[in-house]
Amino acid sequence: MTLFLVITAVVTLLAAVAAMSLRNLVHSALMLAVSFSGIAAIYLQLNAEFVGFTEILVYVGAIAILIVMAILLTRSGETPEHSVLTSGWLAGIAVTALLFTLLGWAVLSSSALPAAPAAPPRVTVRDIGLELMTQYVLPLEIVGLVLTVAMIGAVVIACKEAAPAPAVSPAAKTSRPPTPAGHPAAPVPAPAGAFKKAGAA
Amino acid sequence: MFDQLDQIFVTALHWLVGFLPVAWRSLASSLLCVGFIIMVFPGLFAIVTVIERKGLGRIQNRYGPNRVGPFGFLQFAADGIKALIKEDIVPRAADHVVHFLAPVVLLIPVLLAYAVLPFGRNMSVADYDAGLLFFFAVGGAVELSIFMAGWSSRNKYSLLGAMRAIAQMLSYEIPLILSAVSVVMIVGSLNLLDIVSHQNQYTFGIAHWHVFTPWGLVGFIIFFIASLAESNRSPFDLPEAESEIIAGYFTEYSGFKFALFFLGEYLGMFAICGLGITLFLGGWTSPVSWLAWIPSYVWFLTKLLAIVFVFIWIRGTLPRLRMDQLMNFAWKFLLPLALVNVVVAGLWHFLGAGALRWLVCAAILAAAYVALGHTLMRRQKLGKRIYRFAD
Repeated sequence: MTLFLVITAVVTLLAAVAAMSLRNLVHSALMLAVSFSGIAAIYLQLNAEFVGFTEILVYVGAIAILIVMAILLTRSGETPEHSVLTSGWLAGIAVTALLFTLLGWAVLSSSALPAAPAAPPRVTVRDIGLELMTQYVLPLEIVGLVLTVAMIGAVVIACKEAAPAPAVSPAAKTSRPPTPAGHPAAPVPAPAGAFKKAGAA
Repeated sequence: MFDQLDQIFVTALHWLVGFLPVAWRSLASSLLCVGFIIMVFPGLFAIVTVIERKGLGRIQNRYGPNRVGPFGFLQFAADGIKALIKEDIVPRAADHVVHFLAPVVLLIPVLLAYAVLPFGRNMSVADYDAGLLFFFAVGGAVELSIFMAGWSSRNKYSLLGAMRAIAQMLSYEIPLILSAVSVVMIVGSLNLLDIVSHQNQYTFGIAHWHVFTPWGLVGFIIFFIASLAESNRSPFDLPEAESEIIAGYFTEYSGFKFALFFLGEYLGMFAICGLGITLFLGGWTSPVSWLAWIPSYVWFLTKLLAIVFVFIWIRGTLPRLRMDQLMNFAWKFLLPLALVNVVVAGLWHFLGAGALRWLVCAAILAAAYVALGHTLMRRQKLGKRIYRFAD
């Protein structure tokens, strides 16, 4: 089991590093999806089926697609000429290492951690559902409300504002393009000399 | 004797694995199951392509393939060999790595989805407690591969097809999942084996399939329409639309990569049909108790082929939808109806057995259907169609 864990961990970390350092934004987004799947695989190895599947469903299936669509719809796909890593990456690594040591030390010396790891309980989806519907029903409802507010906000921002002048409504304008400009009424005549030239040659 | 016939694959698996030392047995058993899936469903794909071309030919009043083999039924072999020996062309501007990976990434989740489907009694590869969630989770990864294919080709048509496909699949995934939620509410489990065994009961010789209840019927119809859209089948085949954007996201694929896309699409279609059968049509159970002696996998395969036949029939009958019609249909009709269906499933559970719940549930669903349809139709302003450019 530990071998699988090491492999998935290495793949996840490499994908995350690639997601940070690749020049092409779409490549970065795809590597991020690989990293998400790696995290899901780690959850599955810890017998957390529900979390693992939800990770794939939400992050790989929805968030990655959202990121990719956002990239495509907002900017041109040109890749930067130089590396996106800044020159101060050595300092960055030092700061990260320091932070990691600090956090690791804090977690390991915490008194909240039980001395001996307890036997992992077999949690079924049914148990999770019951807990969510009884003990954690208020947080669940609040999360649902926040998400709904965010969605309504997005719709309001994306909504077209009502036209101030009611003379020509924008809907009528877009649906009926002026005929002569957009579409030539008569078909374009074929170049007359084309066949003659071919015959002469 | 019929029991032995029913369990013949399970017995054969145990017999084969029995030759190995104990330590290897679980690995060998998994490999054999995977081999079974990889052999059976692509084989089914080969047969279905021929049946589809013959059926479409019959619907469109022509012969269809009739040269290779008896009645043209070996056409798939010719197609496969042609795909194998064709040159593999990659556009110069394409992103080579992503272009290469896209068909692979498509096939992996599609094949993974088969792991949780119960093909027959005791014939399921993986018994996950959250099997239904697993199915939808791996299905979500298909969209990523379609995007990879469309984007890496550096072709406007490919990108357009990919964008259309993603928008369509995201929109129709919601009614698909919501219609499955009603089943989960009634059964009380996400395990597909539990869902099948819940339907494996008989009253007056008729099975308790979910499709025979009001909420189940509506759920099945929503699921069916959404699965047509999820598998990019006509009338929801805008992502491919060979007459407008020349096969969409796999325009720039040739040779065996194209065949892989084709295969992935059909395997996805079989998988989602199999899920629909499991959720609503009783899985491997028989509809009437006096036919229960027929082996369970035969029932599953029969139902699968019947649904695929309906898919082909619809493809030969209906024209393609427009993009706005597609989106309106998903968000303004299927989604509200699926939400009403979820509420009705809850009512069904709490009203208890009796004739009352049949009446109440059917009445609510019929009212919702009529009200939604009328509101949508009033907005449409249907009338005589005027052609501006084609007189």
